[in-house]
Amino acid sequence: MNELIEKLKLQLIEQLNLEEIEPDEIEATEPLFGDGLGLDSIDALEIIVLLEKEYGLKIDKPEDGKDIMYSVETLAKFITENSAK
Amino acid sequence: MNKLYINRHIKIKNNSVFIDGKKDFFNEEENLLAFLKSTYKNYGIKYAKFFKMDALSKLGFLASELALIDNNKDLLPEQTALIFANSSSSLNTDFKYQKTINDVPSPSVFVYTLPNIVIGEICIRNMFRGETMFFVQDNFDAKFMCNYTKNIFENTDTKQTLLAWIEVSENNEYHVDMYLVSEDKSEIELNEINIKNKFEL
Amino acid sequence: MIKVYTEANNIISPLGFNTVENFQNVLKGKSGVQIIKNSGLSSEQISVSYINTNIDNAFSEIGDIEKYTRFEKLAILSINDVLQKTNLNIDKSKTLLILSTTKGNINLLDENLKHSFSKERLKLHTTAKIISDFFDFKDNPIVVSNACISGLAAVVLAQHLIKQGLYDNIIINGTDILSKFVVSGFQSFMSLSDKRCKPFDAERNGLNLGEASASIILTKEKQEIEVSEGSTSNDANHISGPSRTGEGLLLAIKNTIKDKKDIDFISAHGTATPYNDNMEAVAISRAGLANVPTNSLKAYFGHTLGAAGVLEIIISLEALKNNVLINTLTCDNLGVTEEINIIKETKEQKINNVLKLASGFGGGNAAVLFLKNE
Repeated sequence: MNELIEKLKLQLIEQLNLEEIEPDEIEATEPLFGDGLGLDSIDALEIIVLLEKEYGLKIDKPEDGKDIMYSVETLAKFITENSAK
Repeated sequence: MNKLYINRHIKIKNNSVFIDGKKDFFNEEENLLAFLKSTYKNYGIKYAKFFKMDALSKLGFLASELALIDNNKDLLPEQTALIFANSSSSLNTDFKYQKTINDVPSPSVFVYTLPNIVIGEICIRNMFRGETMFFVQDNFDAKFMCNYTKNIFENTDTKQTLLAWIEVSENNEYHVDMYLVSEDKSEIELNEINIKNKFEL
Repeated sequence: MIKVYTEANNIISPLGFNTVENFQNVLKGKSGVQIIKNSGLSSEQISVSYINTNIDNAFSEIGDIEKYTRFEKLAILSINDVLQKTNLNIDKSKTLLILSTTKGNINLLDENLKHSFSKERLKLHTTAKIISDFFDFKDNPIVVSNACISGLAAVVLAQHLIKQGLYDNIIINGTDILSKFVVSGFQSFMSLSDKRCKPFDAERNGLNLGEASASIILTKEKQEIEVSEGSTSNDANHISGPSRTGEGLLLAIKNTIKDKKDIDFISAHGTATPYNDNMEAVAISRAGLANVPTNSLKAYFGHTLGAAGVLEIIISLEALKNNVLINTLTCDNLGVTEEINIIKETKEQKINNVLKLASGFGGGNAAVLFLKNE
């Protein structure tokens, strides 16, 4: 799980063009939206793209993604739970 | 109607940044995005959103940061207008977006497939809420752009305008000429000849 | 002081090839929005307003169907109809064409589309010149590309140019066509509804894309409808999400209506996305116009992007001329935070003016006021 979290951090930095952010600046359990990284609605849509491209997981509505995208940890959990097929 | 003046002129072209006609920065980076990043760093700008922008928005954003350094900060949001034009619209980004369609379409690229988004980015950065227009022209129409700028000052509450030709071609050829215009007197009156001369430098 | 009026106009959409047809169908409550499966637009079924009549039949009567793109054919057909119908003396050496479009010939980028047009056709001014040259207009056309406010921005521009005395007549054409490029983009934004959109409704779940070409002549010669005022503005909030408090639109409305208290009818942008419609309701309410009968035409035509402003102005002016308030069609229960007066049935009412609104990506907003001369 930790390996996935670290991988996700790098993927998020790349996918969301978080150029000036280092992986160790992203806390796995901290909210991604709101203050922290300053992610917005377009970033949320790009995370949905990331989940589809890299993990083959589809989210059909942005509202469904809210809980999943709360933090890097919840993202990792979602991926782990849905990839064991 | 009162005369209008060019208070600042920013040109970014051929790996160089010119402020009021004088070369202020040069970076030999061949890659457009790398050049834009080097310009961003050179002027000590801190704006994380910059890295999400496409080339056209980055170019316009940088020019506006420099154009607005000494501008009148006491204006109301609705008193700044932005009148921009180019030849390629958002084609540079359109081609990039087209590539993502075959894979997974990217919303963050798609949003930049409209040329006026650069205006939006500058407005957000500076809390500008005034009149905006984006024209697509074959070549820079100095006469038309000058005339329309004067028209806006005369017919609306506009006190300051960013007038710009901002172009990034499909082949990454880039060129921005941005003029900060207001009624504040300077040596350079806003007219077709002055705009043309500075454009052709 | 020069005043500006509207004269002949045309709409080409799934609801007809001229304004009369389109307006009659709107009065009948017909919608151009259908669920279709078209692999040229999407691998999934989509709810869109698509012109599925063969426009080549109509175009072959006036031009070579091989020489022009679909986008150009629609624009040319529309402008041609206006030139046939106008009573004005159009001097081609003194008439300006303004083209309002967001993406022009962008469908040419689709590698599955077989065509022989060069990449040059992707440039908006190139396509505008080809359209303009069809009619031998002497002056270079102007292209306004300001996202979804382009149509209204073009009207604001034309109004300024005529009042300045630069032109007697200006033809504005707004055209945008459906394409995989645009459909996939809005799909990536998850902003499309899977059915006919429901502007301002509590259950609205997104917009329908549409395609159309609409043209209108603005003139300084006195006519029944005057273009009174117009304004553009920016939210300065987010490049794809509107200001929640409607800052930009409120400014545009205020600058347009100024002290006027009696606004009879508002034709809103009303795309049926959760945020746009609420923002508009807030702006309309803050402007003191919450009681004014308001509608959206998006359930009839879909969101036609660069054509939307011009198309919806024309329908609204027909409503104005005929003293009829047009049903929003699909709004059952108001679902916005402000109690605005959404029109829910088409009915006759004396109206003397109409305020048209638009908002778009990039944070743009626009408003234009039209007055009826009795």
